[in-house]
Amino acid sequence: MSDLAWIDAAITAARPQAVGALLRYFRDLDTAEEAFQDACLRALKNWPKNGPPRDAAAWLIMVGRNAALDGVRKRSRDAELPSEDVLSDLDDAEERAASRIDESDYRDDVLRLLFICCHPDLPATQQIALALRIVSGLSVVQIARAFLVSEAAMEQRITRAKRLVGQGDAAFETPGPVERAERVAAVAAMLYLVFNEGYSAGDNPERAQLCGEAIRLTRLLLRMFQTEPEIMGLLALMLLQSSRTAARFDADGQVILLDDQDRGLWDRKPIAEGLALIDKAMRHRRPGPYQVQAAIAALHSRAPSPADTDWTQIDALYATLERLTPSPVVTLNRAVAVSKVAGPEAALDMIAPLSDRLANYFYFHGLAGALNLELGRHEAARTAFDRAIALANTPAEAAHIRQHLDRLSRDHAPRSGAA
Amino acid sequence: MLYALLCYNDEATVWAWDKTQDAEVMARLGVVRDRLEKAGKMGPSLRLLPTTAATTFRKSDPPLVVDGPYAETKEQLLGFYILDVADLEEALQVAHDLGEANPGGAYEIRPLAVYNAGAPVDPAAASAAR
Repeated sequence: MSDLAWIDAAITAARPQAVGALLRYFRDLDTAEEAFQDACLRALKNWPKNGPPRDAAAWLIMVGRNAALDGVRKRSRDAELPSEDVLSDLDDAEERAASRIDESDYRDDVLRLLFICCHPDLPATQQIALALRIVSGLSVVQIARAFLVSEAAMEQRITRAKRLVGQGDAAFETPGPVERAERVAAVAAMLYLVFNEGYSAGDNPERAQLCGEAIRLTRLLLRMFQTEPEIMGLLALMLLQSSRTAARFDADGQVILLDDQDRGLWDRKPIAEGLALIDKAMRHRRPGPYQVQAAIAALHSRAPSPADTDWTQIDALYATLERLTPSPVVTLNRAVAVSKVAGPEAALDMIAPLSDRLANYFYFHGLAGALNLELGRHEAARTAFDRAIALANTPAEAAHIRQHLDRLSRDHAPRSGAA
Repeated sequence: MLYALLCYNDEATVWAWDKTQDAEVMARLGVVRDRLEKAGKMGPSLRLLPTTAATTFRKSDPPLVVDGPYAETKEQLLGFYILDVADLEEALQVAHDLGEANPGGAYEIRPLAVYNAGAPVDPAAASAAR
């Protein structure tokens, strides 16, 4: 049985390259997927006997292609049946197939497969679902469970998404350098969506797995584009965030904020990898939003305790991020750093101008509540927390705010008159 | 005889193991390692981060710093063990035992010319604050 586990792992790792190459041959997603499925079935029969091939992807591509051509021939009632020698004499054929797959094809194949999931007409959740289905090879049942919808609904969603991406075939042209860079950027954004879908899942283990899947695919992307500092930054960001998984929720599934987390529970291995990657990325002196966010996460990872956090540096990094990607949410995050460096009053001044644009944003009111609480303005804190709880996105978020409100009413019961 | 046992495998597969799988493999390898350490046959061993975290320094003039590993290969160098065993036969037996605990890939058994133990390092401190 450990044989099967090993084969399963090898097939999963080879999938993006194999399906990507088959898609280049057949220019049709369904045919490529069917060909891959066929090849996997033959692998399950062949590999336990003959051992896994040295290059699993090349094997699957060749066998899958033959199987699909075979199917086409049969359908067209072509009398000529392909000889089974092709399969019995794989060692030879495998070498030839492997040498034919040149590295740049491989890169563009995998990139194309990822890129077709980023179709601009697909909403984020459908991009994620499509990528999980065709790139990661998760079953519809698995994806449906992660999104908490029925299998039928997810099946329908994926079918519709496939039909949409199947309509255009511009993606099949070999991309020029500019277009390739654009594809990499679009794919990076999509992979970060996959990660965040998992990261925001709270303690739903099905969905939390998406973090691992996003990390795996981003590593793959970085292996293909080794010198891209933003991809290093993105992978570092994912690794550093996911290193805190075990510390982020208490036994009841409630959020534990960074300051209150048991840092002993942080996973040192992804932290080491994340720090190494951000180190590498910064040498390029081409800062981008992922690198800056990763650098911020790295400063948290490096601090043995909350009191050791280098908030001055974090404030400076958020200032850079505000310049690169101006948004009220970035300013809101910067305000947290400002509150540590210059005090809650300064932070409140900073977020005051955002109150219109972030009127319906949970974190805005959560932070406003916390800052007012720190200043002893209990009525203002209560108002902000009341607003926040109404806007909470998950039960865990609501429960967290509820704790603040409960503590407020216990320690500072509302009085008539000024608070 | 001192040998380095160099571990090669497809890192895309190995680094896709989930935490449980990874812990299981490490526990099985730990059993073999413990036994050999107690018998005085196992020196330091280490596991490398993926090649995506690697940087290559080419000693050209001027030197060239390149992202990524020295060689792009189907299987990557993932770590190594230092063995102090009688002969190649015994080294191959260790490879066999480790291979049972963690199937897939290959071990290169390379006799050592020089071994410097160096100063003791503290990996826990090294990965924490700087």
